[in-house]
Amino acid sequence: MPSKNNRFKKHPAYLLHFILIIALCVGCQRAKAGITVAGSTSVQPFAELLAEEYVSRHPHDHIYVQGGGSTAGIEAVRTHAANIGMSSRSLLPDEKDLYAVTIAKDAIAIIVNPRNPIWDLSLEQARQVFSGKIKNWRELGAPPHPIVLVNREEGSGTRESFQKFVMGKEEIGLESLVQDSNGAIRQVVSNDPYAIGYISLGLVNRQVKALSISGIEPNLTNIESGKYTLVRPFLFVFDGEPKGEARTFLEFVLSPVAQKLLSQEGLVTVRKPPGE
Amino acid sequence: MSMEIKEKIIEKILLLVALSSITVLALITFFIFEQGLPLIWKMGPKAFILGQKWIPSKGLFGIFPMIVSSFWVTFGALSLGIPLGLACTIFLCEWTPPAVGMVLRPAIQLLAAIPSVIYGFWGLVVLVPLVRDYLEGPGLSILSGSVILGFMILPTIISISEDSLKALPPTYKAGALALGATHWQTIWRVLIPAARSGIVASIILGMGRAIGETMAMIMILGNSVKMPTSFLDSARTLTTNIGIEMGYASGDHRQALFATGIVLFIIIMLLNSLAIFLSRRRTG
Repeated sequence: MPSKNNRFKKHPAYLLHFILIIALCVGCQRAKAGITVAGSTSVQPFAELLAEEYVSRHPHDHIYVQGGGSTAGIEAVRTHAANIGMSSRSLLPDEKDLYAVTIAKDAIAIIVNPRNPIWDLSLEQARQVFSGKIKNWRELGAPPHPIVLVNREEGSGTRESFQKFVMGKEEIGLESLVQDSNGAIRQVVSNDPYAIGYISLGLVNRQVKALSISGIEPNLTNIESGKYTLVRPFLFVFDGEPKGEARTFLEFVLSPVAQKLLSQEGLVTVRKPPGE
Repeated sequence: MSMEIKEKIIEKILLLVALSSITVLALITFFIFEQGLPLIWKMGPKAFILGQKWIPSKGLFGIFPMIVSSFWVTFGALSLGIPLGLACTIFLCEWTPPAVGMVLRPAIQLLAAIPSVIYGFWGLVVLVPLVRDYLEGPGLSILSGSVILGFMILPTIISISEDSLKALPPTYKAGALALGATHWQTIWRVLIPAARSGIVASIILGMGRAIGETMAMIMILGNSVKMPTSFLDSARTLTTNIGIEMGYASGDHRQALFATGIVLFIIIMLLNSLAIFLSRRRTG
C-alpha cells in the first residue's frame, strides 16, 4: 500500500514535467520566429555574413541560413519551408512564376594548383579539357601528366552555370572526379598538382590559382566591364512579392552598406533596387 | 487484482514502445519504395540496374557502375579486413595475456566509436596523398577507400568472431590438445572450423557495414560516375551517389536517388538475412 501512495504522490510531479516540456516546446517555437534563408551552398557563406551584419543591427530579429543547394532552396520557397531561397543560377523556365532578385553577381574561376605552370586557357581549350578530349597537360604546354578533372555534382548551380558558359552542348567527361562543394574542390585542387576544377571566384585563395580565359584575368574590373564572361547571378528567390521581415532583409542586402560588404568578399555588386 | 491490471498495462506500454521502433523501419521502407519505385518502372528495372550512364540532366539514370564500384570497394575492404580481423581475433582469444587484452579490447571497440567523417578526413589528408605520390592517379581512389573501410569493419569482424570462438565448448580445445595437436594446429584445424558459421556471419556483417558506409567514402573515393577499371580509379558507390547528389536533386533525379536507395536496401537486406541464417545454423 505505501507504494501505491508514493505513486499517487508522484503524479503531480509527472504532470508538472509534462507541462514544462510542452511549455518548452512552445517557447522554442516562439523563439524560432524569424526568417529562413535556404539554398545554394555558393551563396550561403555570403548570406551568413549578411545575416550576421543584419542581426547586429536588428538584435530582435533572427535569420536562419541553411545550405542544401539552389534547386532545394527554390523548392523550399515553393513549399514555404523557407522565406527566401538562394540560387546561384538563373531560374529555369518552370520556376519563372517565383519572384527573383539578383543580389550580386559572381564569377566562376577555373582553378589549378599553384605549382601548375599554366596561367591561361582559351574557352575552347577549357571545353576540351573538361569534356575529356584533352587528357594530358602536355597538350597544353605543361610537363606531361594526365589531367585530373574535378567537377561539381549534377544539380549544382555552379556546375549548371559552368555547363552553360563553357561547355555549351559538350558534356562534362564522366572520368571526372566529383566533389559536392566549392570548398571540397578547392581542397582537392590545392593538394593535387595535376588537378583542374572551377569554383566561385569569391572563394579563390592562395592555395589555388585562378586561370585567365584567353588572356582575360578574372578580376573585378574585367567582370564589371563584361570582358570576363563566366559570370552568374546570385539570386534571392521569393514566393511572390517579398513582405514583412523578408522584405526588410532584402532591402538591407541591397543597401550600399551590405553591397559594399559583398564586394569586399569578391562579388560583383548590383546597386540597382529590385524591379528596375 | 489491481496489481495484475497494472502489470498488463505496463506490458502493453512496453509492447507499444517496441512496436514503434519496428514501425519506424516499416515507414522508412515504405517511403523509400514509394518514392523510388515509380522511377524504376518508368525507366524499366533493367535499364536502371544495368544502365551504364548516370547523367541526370539528360534523364539517364543507370546505376550499374555504382553497383560494381560498391562491390569493388567492399571486396577491397574485406581483403584487408578479414586477414587482419581474424589474426586479431585469434590473438585475442588464444594468446593475449589478460593485461594486454584489457587494453586491446577497448581499443578495438574504440575503432567502432570513431565517427566515419574522421576516418574520411584522415584518409583524405594522409592516405590519399600517399597513393597519389607513390602509385598513380588522383589518389582519391578505390584503393584508398578500401584501406579505410578495411579498418572501419575490423570491430565488427573481431567482436562477433571472438564471441563465436568463445562460445565453443572448452572440451574441443582440451580434446585436440590431449590428442597431441599443437596449439596452432588446434586453432587452425579445430577451433576455427568449429566457429566457422559465426566467423562467416561476422564477415558478412562487416560487408554490410562496408557497403553502407557513406561519409568517409564521399571524402575519399572521388565520386566519378564511371565503370572502375583499376583499384587506382576514382569511383562512386550506391551510398555516395545518394549522399553527394541529395542536396540539389529534384523531380526524376530525386526519385532516382530513392531508387538507388531501394537497390542498396535490397542488397543490405540480403546480406543481413544471410548473416542471420548462418549464425542460427550454428546453434541449430
